[in-house]
Amino acid sequence: MNEDLNEQRERLLMSGIDLSEKERSGTFIQKDAEILLTVARHAGLEVMPIGEALETYEWLRRDYFWKAVPADKDAYTRAASREREVKGVFVRAKSGVKIEFPVQACFFIATERTAQKVHNIIIAEDNAEIHMITGCSVPEKFGSAVHIGISEFFVGKNAKMSFAMIHNWTSDVGVRPRSAVIINEGGSFVSNYICMEPVKSVQMYPVAYCVGENALAIFQSVLYGREHAKMDVGSAAFLSAEGSRAEINSRAIATDSAEITARGEIVGERPKVKGHLECRGLILSDRAMINAIPSLKAAHHDVELSHEAAVGKIAEEEVRYLMARGLSEEEATSFIIRGFLSIDIKGLPEKLADQVRSIVKISAERLI
Amino acid sequence: MLEISDLAVEVGGKLVLDGINLRIGEGEVHALLGPNGSGKTSLIMAILGFPEYKVVRGSIKFRSVELTSIPTDERVRLGIGIAFQRPPTIRGVKLLDMLLVCRRAQRDGQKNDEAVLDEEMLRMAERLKFDENFLHRDVNLGFSGGETKRAEILQLLIQNPDLILFDEPDSGVDIENVELIGEVINEILQRGEKPSVRKKSALIITHTGFIFNYVRADRAHVLLNGKIACSGIPDEIIKQIMEEGFEKCIRECLSEQQVREGERK
Repeated sequence: MNEDLNEQRERLLMSGIDLSEKERSGTFIQKDAEILLTVARHAGLEVMPIGEALETYEWLRRDYFWKAVPADKDAYTRAASREREVKGVFVRAKSGVKIEFPVQACFFIATERTAQKVHNIIIAEDNAEIHMITGCSVPEKFGSAVHIGISEFFVGKNAKMSFAMIHNWTSDVGVRPRSAVIINEGGSFVSNYICMEPVKSVQMYPVAYCVGENALAIFQSVLYGREHAKMDVGSAAFLSAEGSRAEINSRAIATDSAEITARGEIVGERPKVKGHLECRGLILSDRAMINAIPSLKAAHHDVELSHEAAVGKIAEEEVRYLMARGLSEEEATSFIIRGFLSIDIKGLPEKLADQVRSIVKISAERLI
Repeated sequence: MLEISDLAVEVGGKLVLDGINLRIGEGEVHALLGPNGSGKTSLIMAILGFPEYKVVRGSIKFRSVELTSIPTDERVRLGIGIAFQRPPTIRGVKLLDMLLVCRRAQRDGQKNDEAVLDEEMLRMAERLKFDENFLHRDVNLGFSGGETKRAEILQLLIQNPDLILFDEPDSGVDIENVELIGEVINEILQRGEKPSVRKKSALIITHTGFIFNYVRADRAHVLLNGKIACSGIPDEIIKQIMEEGFEKCIRECLSEQQVREGERK
């Protein structure tokens, strides 16, 4: 059934997509604008092409479609909203349903000079639990293409959602994800974004709206910019309900002539909200650039917001320390880089976290 | 084991060590005392070969191999180890990772090692009062003074070098930890054995001298303004420094020197 992508098996595996569907509770595969596979194998889980879902459920268009991300947000959302035929995936974990194995969604561009536009809606109803892994990729040797991905996430009361996205592009692909999540009372949303492979440009700024009390949003990202990559990546969290919390954590490495802007913004609007922003950048070349822009806004006196940002080259002192234990200078440097990238993958089931960690590790290994 | 002759070292164009002569034989433990800024740490860093400690004159030989022209990691693989005074934090690198690196250095670059803890390492960690969970913490991140020092000693225990440089193993550590560290240093340096069978040598830097309540040195040196001002029997020198401070000791050292110089004339 997946003959079309079989030869890409290995590459997809490095994007977190397992075509054998082992330990996956659902699968969605889209190649260019063609939907190749839609599978759901868990009671209370729905995985559907978004077009079909919009026809099936009139509430979907009314209550969810373009409700987290505004259709007129920018040129990319406008372009996506003008599509006559909407492509992408609709995923829903019904109320109270806890789905242990992740649902995988694969967006593959196979044709050069394509603009792939997708619109995804992921819903975890009240008390539900769902884990998503999304892999975006192109063939290994590939020309130019553009990927525009609208993703709207809705987390119900006391529901848990995790979302891991792995980008595995090539150096002539431009990427414009536009994502937002609305988190209700007691709900939690954890995003892990990994981009270790080349890309021409990626610009994204997912936003979490914590609208229910004690809602939690966590964004983590691991970026490795190289060649001429331009990466402008960040996340924002609006803590609009009492006791809501946010953590934004990013690791960025820039080498060659890469330019990385790592943004983060937490807005505390209600009492007893907490937010922490951590942004670390490592710069490995004199032609590379990292611009860390952490921002905190407090609109109430009873909020606790903090940030840590550090950008610089590898500390000599750390290299020396490892050399004094017998590593050569090169070994010491790669050891430090590996450590720097070994971000604690949060909120994912252990096996999935291991898979994501090993993807980061293998990519790092290849680079060093 | 270690032979330093007429060593002069510059840091940032400034002379920090001038005319150091020091011989440490197999199985010997030497104490290096001196006030802050006297050049103690510079001597250790020059032995290790950190690039900003520039050797401008003299030589450092380890088992007859001239060290001054080879990089730090090669010196370490020849059998030199160090316990740092203030080791850096490396985020994402766990204490366990450091132990595995040390194990590799001990096996002299054999790369077939698995990335797992072996029974022996675990036993050594327990000896230094670390449980297995602690080994999974980022190295030195949020460690207390005692934990940092114990972690340094643990790395050395696994690395098992023949010459060990201890940079202030007793500073910023409470009494219980100094006692434990002292015991383990004695074990590493085979101080329980007869002098004739001891193989491990060490240079221990301290400005407090506390560690010598637990570890017996064979010889002591006092460093002042980048020169060895006097050398002698550790008990006498350490006792005097601990009781009366450096000043008196140094005055006596200097006057002795003057007497000797006078005799020569």
